[in-house]
Amino acid sequence: MNRFAAVLIALGLLSAGAQAKEWTEIRLASEGAYPPFNTIGPNGALAGFDIDIGNALCAEMKAKCTWVKQEWDGMIPALNARKFDAIVASMSITAERQKQVDFSDKYYATPLGLVARKGSPLLPSAESLKGRKVGVQRGTVADNFATRFWEPKGVNVVRYAKQDEAYLDLASGRLEAALADALEAEGGFLAKPEGAGYAFLGSRMFGANAEEKAVIGDGVGIAVRKKDADLKAQLNKALATIRANGTYDVLRKKYFDYDIYGQ
Amino acid sequence: MDLSVITGSLDQYLAGLWLTVHLVALSCAIGLAAAVPLAVARVSRNPAVRGPVAAYTWFFRGTPMLVQLLLIYYGLGQFQWMQAQWEAGHPFWLLFREPYFCALLAFALNTGAYTTEIIAGAIRNVPHGEIEAAKAAGMSRFVMARRILLPSALRRAIPAYSNEVILMLQGSSIASAITLVDLTGAARNVYSKHFAPFEAFVFAGLIYLVLTFALVGLFQLAERRWLAHLRAQRNPRPVG
Repeated sequence: MNRFAAVLIALGLLSAGAQAKEWTEIRLASEGAYPPFNTIGPNGALAGFDIDIGNALCAEMKAKCTWVKQEWDGMIPALNARKFDAIVASMSITAERQKQVDFSDKYYATPLGLVARKGSPLLPSAESLKGRKVGVQRGTVADNFATRFWEPKGVNVVRYAKQDEAYLDLASGRLEAALADALEAEGGFLAKPEGAGYAFLGSRMFGANAEEKAVIGDGVGIAVRKKDADLKAQLNKALATIRANGTYDVLRKKYFDYDIYGQ
Repeated sequence: MDLSVITGSLDQYLAGLWLTVHLVALSCAIGLAAAVPLAVARVSRNPAVRGPVAAYTWFFRGTPMLVQLLLIYYGLGQFQWMQAQWEAGHPFWLLFREPYFCALLAFALNTGAYTTEIIAGAIRNVPHGEIEAAKAAGMSRFVMARRILLPSALRRAIPAYSNEVILMLQGSSIASAITLVDLTGAARNVYSKHFAPFEAFVFAGLIYLVLTFALVGLFQLAERRWLAHLRAQRNPRPVG
């Protein structure tokens, strides 16, 4: 009986050891079409704030990281299909996604913003946008928000596979406004020459009530499979370290001249 | 497998199915109507008549339909001149602002090119005997084309054309690349909402399968009706 107990304990220790696995090789995925967070650099490799954060975390964790380029549409299913181990692609932490995956702590906060031609009389509300064409990237927080709060009230929501395509149609006049992550819209469109005649309408949207706040989410985190709690813990620890030792701020200043971490 | 993903979004699938059906039907109808005269021009002995049609079919058969679609939708919309026409509300150019029209144009031009070559090939393969008989009966070239050449060629083109229509049905799934919510677009929306790729796409695939079988059946009926004279005889007379 004693021997049996010893075997059980040994097995328990073994499996505990397996559970608290130290991740030394991690495959990270990003999209590469969401500047300045993730884009394709001149050399064809992924680049941007997400990529820098991912690399900094890997350096902190002393892990060897490889990047995988993955379309936004299939991001979460591909994570769960073990095509890679974590998503560092400006993915907002939302209740809907938390049914499928776990998230690290946020690495930046992200309100939505409604972009339109300067001087447009529109406002980010269902009443103002009724009957108008508003573009969103399919499957994003902006899509969820517009689908839930605007489409039922008569706003014409047009969905795109890529954020860039929505800006193209905004510039060509097919859309009257585009709803997007405010930071992304600023870096990916408004700050560029083609975004010169455009601006945010109204203020940035953090959610006017609890329901809207739940859709907009608690900021952007790194998604991991639900069973990889050890990876999540390692990422959170590394994140806290780079926040505290100033690495985060150095990287952030490369892209943004104000603090995007939020409260 | 979570069936509620599908049952909860049946209305989206139905709307997508309807868009797919009339987009494909309309573009095939336009393409076929244009292809008949173009095929006649394509087999002309005059290079000035034959050349432009050959260039058209060469371009549209030589590039992917997705590229053609993106060129028409995003490409044209990028020009300042086109945007100025849209601002001014020019009724003809405004058509190019609508994703539906862009898809219809790209699909019709594409299937028109393939159908032209299919019919032109069939015209070239009309048996000499039929043409000689027509000539012997004293028909003018126009009468011969209308009574003998085209009816015979169009009948012979049915099997190849049925392939073209089925390819168009499946090719039409790229309409979702320009914001149209066709059957594939509906599946993509369902997929990104529920993160359930298997359910979302399997169901769309099943609908495409049913549509394809329906088309195959329709074309079999057409072949039975118009190609009966070319069918193998059921009870061939014993030899000798």
